[in-house]
Amino acid sequence: MTTTVPMVQALDVHKRYGQLEVLKGINLEVRPREVFCLVGPSGSGKSTFLRCINHLEKVSAGSLSVDGELVGYRRHGNRLYELKESEIARKRAEIGMVFQRFNLFPHMTVLENVMEAPVRVRKEAKAVVRERAMTLLDRVGLKAKHDAYPGQLSGGQQQRVAIARALAMQPKLMLFDEPTSALDPELVGEVLDVMRQLAEDGMTMVVVTHEMGFAREVGDALVFMDGGVVVESGHPRDVLTSPQHARTKAFLSKVL
Amino acid sequence: MSRQTSEQVAVTAEGTPVPDPPPAALVAVPVRRYGTWALGLVVAVVVAALVRAFAVAKIDYGVVVKYFTAKPILTGVLHTLELTVLSMVLALVLGVAVAVMRQSQNPVLTAVAAGYTWLFRGTPLLVQLLIWFNLSLIFKYVEIPGVYSAPMNTIMTPFVAALLGLGVNEGAYIAEIVRGGILSVDSGQREAAAALGMSQRLTMRRIVLPQAMRVIVPPLGNEFIALLKYSSLAYTISYTELLQSANKIYTANFQVIELLFTASLWYILLTTVFTIGQQQLERRLSRGHTTTPSRFGSLLRRNLIGRRR
Ligand SMILES: Nc1ncnc2c1ncn2[C@@H]1O[C@H](COP(=O)(O)OP(=O)(O)OP(=O)(O)O)[C@@H](O)[C@H]1O
Ligand SMILES: [Mg+2]
Repeated sequence: MTTTVPMVQALDVHKRYGQLEVLKGINLEVRPREVFCLVGPSGSGKSTFLRCINHLEKVSAGSLSVDGELVGYRRHGNRLYELKESEIARKRAEIGMVFQRFNLFPHMTVLENVMEAPVRVRKEAKAVVRERAMTLLDRVGLKAKHDAYPGQLSGGQQQRVAIARALAMQPKLMLFDEPTSALDPELVGEVLDVMRQLAEDGMTMVVVTHEMGFAREVGDALVFMDGGVVVESGHPRDVLTSPQHARTKAFLSKVL
Repeated sequence: MSRQTSEQVAVTAEGTPVPDPPPAALVAVPVRRYGTWALGLVVAVVVAALVRAFAVAKIDYGVVVKYFTAKPILTGVLHTLELTVLSMVLALVLGVAVAVMRQSQNPVLTAVAAGYTWLFRGTPLLVQLLIWFNLSLIFKYVEIPGVYSAPMNTIMTPFVAALLGLGVNEGAYIAEIVRGGILSVDSGQREAAAALGMSQRLTMRRIVLPQAMRVIVPPLGNEFIALLKYSSLAYTISYTELLQSANKIYTANFQVIELLFTASLWYILLTTVFTIGQQQLERRLSRGHTTTPSRFGSLLRRNLIGRRR
């Protein structure tokens, strides 16, 4: 068990924006097939950390690796060489990301959204991608909407398309940044159902969320962050039902 | 109404309260807009007087119509269209290139792009045209050492000078429009594309520019129509576009206003046709968006009035 390579490994990860230090030494490990939940108050650095994982943000210090490889750098002896844009892009393609505000491409239909990256980035044959895209849309319950434009869909439907779009690249890791926070309450369930299904299928997922019910039922590990550090971590059941730190208790009493 | 305060009860001259009529009998009387009517009347009278003045003036409208399809005028129209389309193409290439340069990480590229916009928007188009046309006064030869050499005055024909003058100037305006369009695209779109592994180039081509188009095309239509009208400035460097053709005829027959009207008739016909085309294009680009493009009338107004330079 201990010999498996972690999917994500953070060792003393720091991130600064000018003077402002947003991440102050994050240590954590996400194992393959695990659903890893990140919770914490607004501004604690959850999104920033998630964006470091696929190099949308550069780490300022420390080491962050995905599937045993450093993010954004190549190591030669004692030196780290920054990767070229094309190499970074190739690595990003292996990591799916789902955003709070969906970020679907509004000028493309649902099907075109899902097909875009496999066809343009991986240069896969259109017919093959199309078939896979339709299967994925079926899985998220939106096969019938494949010809619609994002603007014609509800928030929950858009988010499910966004998940299908990320899955079309057959990623080894999925990142979710508050995927249900922009949704009307009655639409949250349909997105969580898709994510639950994905977890059952064995996808490795890092999920920033305020949905404690989801974290407790589906999560395998949970980290509570505050002020750029990991305050407490453990199994979601334990952390959520019997938090050890005062800050965790205070936060949970507000969101539960 | 079950309860009324004393002020709300209407009272007749004799002092007896008027009974409340049933709701159906109430008639809404809009505010009477006497001022609007009076102003409308005054304006209509002024316009009618102007029209009459032109109608009875010493203008031979038969001549206006006769020359509308005269050979030299038609040639002028053709040259005007050629010049406008080609300088628009040049301007588009320059404009998109400069707008993308402005976004670059390379400070030299951004500075050159900003400098170009500053220079060509900061000097009058007419002056620029004259400079292009007279370039042979300072550069006798166009020369790429060891590759190419030709005398400037054989290269810088009136057409080439007009093309460069209009195209390079217009490019500076288009660069700003394209830049505005690029900036109008939500940053989440670039992020989503990056997260999918798309390169910056691919993101620009597939995600950003197509979305920027919706913002870019309406003003580009305006620019094209403006360019069509500004092409008449090429007359000063003796390029035989529409105005020059009219000019040649009236210097011979002295029917100055008639021929200027003929030219105007052509200009307004062309601008109207292109305005309709622009609207069709705008409608196609708005797919996937719920907002409908502005109506034809407002578009026409937008295009035909209000210009700079
Ligand atoms: N590009 C940036 N430049 C400067 N500061 C930034 C930038 N991005 C984030 N920050 C700051 O970093 C801190 C952490 O932001 P982050 O978005 O990671 O928080 P979060 O935990 O995701 O919060 P939320 O729950 O509100 O999404 C905030 O104080 C934010 O203002
Ligand atoms: Mg966040």
